Amino acid sequence: MASSTTLTKVHDAKRRYKPGVLKYAQMGYWDSEYEPKDTDVLALFRITPQDGVDPIEAAAAVAGESSTATWTVVWTDRLTACDTYRAKAYKVEPVPNQPGKYFCWAAYALDLFEEGSIANLTASIIGNVFSFKPLKACRLEDMRLPVAYVKTFRGPPTGIVGERERLDKFGRPLLGATVKPKLGLSGKNYGRVVYEALAGGLDFTKDDENINSQPFMHWRDRFLYCMEGVNRAVADSGEVKGHYLNITAGTMEEMVRRAEFARDLGSVIVMVDLVIGWTAIQSISNWARENDMILHMHRAGHGTYTRQKNHGISFRVIAKWLRLAGVDHLHAGTAVGKLEGDPMTVQGYYNVCRETRNMVDLPRGIFFEQDWAGIRKVLPVASGGIHAGQMHQLLELFGDDVVLQFGGGTIGHPMGIRAGAIANRVALEAMVLARNEGRDIGREGPEILRTAAAWCRPLHAALDTWGDVTFEYTSTDTSDFVPTAVAV
Amino acid sequence: MRVTQGTFSFLPDLTDRQIVAQLEYCLQQNWAVSIEFTDDPHPRNTYWDMWGPPMFDLRDAAGAMSEIKACREANPNTYVRVSAFDSTRGWETVRLSFFVQRPAEEPGFRLERVEAAGRMIRYAVRAYSLDRPAGQRYPSVEPATEPRGRRS
Amino acid sequence: MTIANAATTLGAVAGEVVDLKALRAETDIATPIAELDRDLVGLAPVKQRLREIAAFLLVTRAREQVGLTSGAPTLHMAFTGNPGTGKTTVALRMANILHRLGYVRRGHLVAVTRDDLVGQYIGHTAPKTKEVLRRAMGGVLFIDEAYYLHRPENEKDYGQEAIEILLQVMENQREDLVVILAGYRARMDTFFASNPGVRSRVAHHIDFPDYDDGELLAIAETLVGDSHYRLSPAAREAMSEYIVRRRRQPGFANARSIRNALDRARLRHAMRLCEGSAIADREILQTIDAEDIRASRVFAS
Repeated sequence: MASSTTLTKVHDAKRRYKPGVLKYAQMGYWDSEYEPKDTDVLALFRITPQDGVDPIEAAAAVAGESSTATWTVVWTDRLTACDTYRAKAYKVEPVPNQPGKYFCWAAYALDLFEEGSIANLTASIIGNVFSFKPLKACRLEDMRLPVAYVKTFRGPPTGIVGERERLDKFGRPLLGATVKPKLGLSGKNYGRVVYEALAGGLDFTKDDENINSQPFMHWRDRFLYCMEGVNRAVADSGEVKGHYLNITAGTMEEMVRRAEFARDLGSVIVMVDLVIGWTAIQSISNWARENDMILHMHRAGHGTYTRQKNHGISFRVIAKWLRLAGVDHLHAGTAVGKLEGDPMTVQGYYNVCRETRNMVDLPRGIFFEQDWAGIRKVLPVASGGIHAGQMHQLLELFGDDVVLQFGGGTIGHPMGIRAGAIANRVALEAMVLARNEGRDIGREGPEILRTAAAWCRPLHAALDTWGDVTFEYTSTDTSDFVPTAVAV
Repeated sequence: MRVTQGTFSFLPDLTDRQIVAQLEYCLQQNWAVSIEFTDDPHPRNTYWDMWGPPMFDLRDAAGAMSEIKACREANPNTYVRVSAFDSTRGWETVRLSFFVQRPAEEPGFRLERVEAAGRMIRYAVRAYSLDRPAGQRYPSVEPATEPRGRRS
Repeated sequence: MTIANAATTLGAVAGEVVDLKALRAETDIATPIAELDRDLVGLAPVKQRLREIAAFLLVTRAREQVGLTSGAPTLHMAFTGNPGTGKTTVALRMANILHRLGYVRRGHLVAVTRDDLVGQYIGHTAPKTKEVLRRAMGGVLFIDEAYYLHRPENEKDYGQEAIEILLQVMENQREDLVVILAGYRARMDTFFASNPGVRSRVAHHIDFPDYDDGELLAIAETLVGDSHYRLSPAAREAMSEYIVRRRRQPGFANARSIRNALDRARLRHAMRLCEGSAIADREILQTIDAEDIRASRVFAS
């Protein structure tokens, strides 16, 4: 990058702290020589400076505004070890094929953050800077959270291993379905859907994000009928099953009250929405840990700030924060379904949830190596517009450790909910069996499904109904390092 | 009814040939295969009887397959499952688990409810087969000629 | 791959005609045999037997392809000979050949002795033997000094239990593993005489002759070269003399004795350099001299 004298740090203290306005770079928020420490929090921003603003100065401003800086020089800096507390932008690179846009790397000293508080971390990193006038747009693309900081969080209360051992389900994706219609069913009718879907063969059913305690169905009524359905299905199958009871409520106290009722009814899992906020998430995560409850997270609302490529936060960062904050399930996209998600970018989210260590993987949007220390793995959830006919694609994209949620694809089955569940479970098991036998499911998938459908009428009907349904739209949030892919 | 625990319970019971293919897959992943059997299929009966310790260092499925056959012979008309253990850091658990035998008749489970105040219900699941003493829980087939035993 | 699969996928079959040349090329058994010729000094009768067995197995495959089957052939073998005559090395190559021809699925070799199979107390032997058998499934089980399994002087010896389990698997799971029993010729003969069940299940007997002096010298030069040393002309002469003398002394174990002698010669070479001049060039660092060999106790007598 071009660099002039106005963009280098002023070392002379007299000049540096003379009242007035200095460039952020001159104040010390740009240091091209800086070598990030193992204990630094690192952030990568995608910035679009206003016309005429030098990208280095813009990067310095981002580092400044997300750490100690204000718009003017203050002498009170000199009462502090301010060189430590200043974040340092240390690298700026143009985004490939995107004129006017830059990647900017910034390093933050560990002491800038309170231990075990996502609220504090986010207030720093995304607190002010996204409204900053010299930038047209700004997006937090990725973060590296040092092990020293990771260890101040407790992470998922159950984790993939704990959940599988508790449910006694191994070697295949779990199957779920969201009860539909989203709103309007009475408690008794709602529980019927739960029972039919679970008795048919699903592992989980799920409340939708906006099912709380509306006039048509009080939460307590829902919990009671759902657990009746769950327990009937357990007795019918001999398997452990569950329903994600949504405990999202107006206050933390009310949320805990609902959680406790779910626990007392013997539910293995509860669910919250992302919109409850970071502090509430960490509180309910602690509650879940103390009560051996799986915690399902619906990422309601994330699309408002994760979808656009130039402004907001990448979902991979949200996933990292949620893994620290401590959730067990996280909706992370389907790539082939009805909701936004480029396949490789979505795989990047899954890796953030499931790997013990993420390696740099630019095609999947992973910019930093991330060591998760001993923190547990989050089970990603693929939900929205997927059906049995896509089973080979889903298994190939996401592997075994994922919950596949077929809402419409179960409840909308022409032979009924139970048949819908059977179709999904048979399709899944047939595909896993074939994959383990060494068959190329990407290529032979449709044939494997047809073979199973020959003896399983519900699967036959599902393939006839939805076999050709695909959602082929170009994704907006794609990697800058591979050609844009379209899900097929 | 049909107990649908295990990875492949919604498919027709696996043939020995299919079982060998799954065993080969486990060995390719470097997982140690183990065999367990039980007459109590309660979903929370975690600890089935072990047919010997997990088999480490196998190169070929034939070794595990002969143990499966021996376990079936010694414990006919019970549930027998194969589990595969992964010792990699971050997993250290079972990665695949499937049935390789089930009783001819599966009587299933009774759901018991105890009602309490505020419409609260406590549920209990009980296996009908457990109404009979151990050894006589699946009487529809001739009892084993040899006593049930561990791998000798 | 099962045996049946292997038979249908290998070789070019046209009606009742089998292209043996194509079958040879596909299975590529020439490669391990050529490697054996190249890597192993001497052993001419062993190599000849190996070629015969390979040819027999290839033709058995071809016969299967035209429907001339006679069940899975018995492939268990006995390797007899003195220590250090290459039995384990040849067993490794044999495993490879059997794998290429589809007679074992994995081609690995599990080498054991009595202690790996026989337990210390009642109920200990069966699990031990079965565990070894399970590990060897798909490959070759090599039992060195197999006659130690049989101790006629002790009726209650647990070795008999191991033999019985072994026999069962040798008979019933011929497609799952091949057993090679190895040891001294004479003791193996005694063992077979008192265990006719074992003898009847062993199809191929291969006798490993002692190496002659010239072969042992060639082995010495190969071993030295493999570890990037060389023998000076005087050292070579010393080695020839060493071989003649060593053979007459007790505990002679063919190639193994040569290997041990060279290990000690390298130590003496190192001591000589350390105690001698301060400077050593490449030539000095790699040359074993006559004195390094002649210092051996073998020359003392």
